[in-house]
Amino acid sequence: MGSEPEPGCALRPFAVEQGLLSRPDGSAAFVQGDTSVLAGVYGPAEVRSSRESPERAALDVLLRPKVGLPGVLERSREQMVRRACEAALLGELHPRSSVTLVLQVVSDAGSLLSCCLNAACLALLDAGLPLRSLFCGVTCALAPDGAVALDPSARQEKEARAVLTFAFESTEKRLLLSTTRGACSAKELHQCLALAQRATDTIFQFYRDSARRKFSKS
Amino acid sequence: MAASGLSAEVDVGQVVLPGDVLLLPAAPNADGERLRLGPSSAPRGRLLCGPGLRRCAAGLLVTKCGLLRHRPPAGAGTGGGAYWVDSQQKRYVPVKGDPIIGIVTAKAGDIFKVDVGGSEQASLSYLAFEGATKRNRPNVQVGDLVYGQFIVANKDMEPEMVCIDSSGRANGMGIIGHEGLLFKVSLGLIRKLLAPNCEIIQELGQLYPFEIVLGMNGRIWDPREVISTPQDWIHQQSGLLHLFVALSPNLGTGAFL
Repeated sequence: MGSEPEPGCALRPFAVEQGLLSRPDGSAAFVQGDTSVLAGVYGPAEVRSSRESPERAALDVLLRPKVGLPGVLERSREQMVRRACEAALLGELHPRSSVTLVLQVVSDAGSLLSCCLNAACLALLDAGLPLRSLFCGVTCALAPDGAVALDPSARQEKEARAVLTFAFESTEKRLLLSTTRGACSAKELHQCLALAQRATDTIFQFYRDSARRKFSKS
Repeated sequence: MAASGLSAEVDVGQVVLPGDVLLLPAAPNADGERLRLGPSSAPRGRLLCGPGLRRCAAGLLVTKCGLLRHRPPAGAGTGGGAYWVDSQQKRYVPVKGDPIIGIVTAKAGDIFKVDVGGSEQASLSYLAFEGATKRNRPNVQVGDLVYGQFIVANKDMEPEMVCIDSSGRANGMGIIGHEGLLFKVSLGLIRKLLAPNCEIIQELGQLYPFEIVLGMNGRIWDPREVISTPQDWIHQQSGLLHLFVALSPNLGTGAFL
């Protein structure tokens, strides 16, 4: 489509820093507007025999909120991030080992789950774990009047009728994860899905540019 | 855009990301329908798919982020050479034949358990030292450093290492002493140091004579003798590390690739 993108469909500016933590095998800090998440990956490392799988690496995700102890919401987000990572990670190359991904919320100003997904992908890349493809997360907010805003801020999320988060993989832009808070019609879901899919081009191009910058320094 | 296949030849030296599919250079007479007989349709020979790449239906699938490298075939036109991805990594994954520095963590009957920095501890038989027999056991204690190579290292089995080569000689391998300092660096730095004509090693060697042991698992051992006061020792050890950093202008900030 050659028309101008709607004003609500612009993504906030991104920033990423990889390899900033010295202890984890891979780390990345991803900033989307004012939302910032720090991710650290340890792996492939030793695994407890109860978690051991003879076919693939055991992936654990831990999400730590900025304040307080992790609760039910964090647990549910952990499972969502874990499922997206498992689809992309080539766990079959490291059976009987564990990969642990720790996400720390540094600031939450909307679109937290997609920021976590992006930070997770870049941390896995930084750790050198084998991946089938890259993945990214995009959040959409559906306002009461039906307008769609991509990468909503905290205020937009609060006022929205529904907040949808999608995760896509990079090779064929297939959907890895879809989660909705609130109510929306099927038509609106498809509309948000289409907009989010188009936005992933920007995010994957950003991954590519940051990888180029990282390797051009050495 | 990124989903379309990219020609492998075009991309050598470029940054590739997981999910990129590299199309192999097509044979001159690639024709899916008919099989032509004759010298022109001879198969290209074997193409080595190195670390960071996997075969897939369309060609080579990139699985790690890094720079794509290519080594042309050694013989006269036989085979397609090798492609691999140069990536940055801190965690080591055992590979058969790699020389590594391990730390002995346990003695269990006839084998030693050695920590090599991977997901599993490697096993080292007491007979895998030069001149070791059942009566003449090597004097290996828990906490010793050993330099050896992997004879079994795949994803399905526990890694096994030995401190002798195929003809039974130590060839520099074995217990490498109790004193000295062990550094942990990234795997890429080790590969750079082990490359032929490494500038860092040559420049360091011109400054003062030294002897270090490099393990492919990211460990460097410097067998400096302890000198008079602890401060001197610390200064000398950290001096070597700072020299590594200072003499590597091409490595960039903090990126021990």
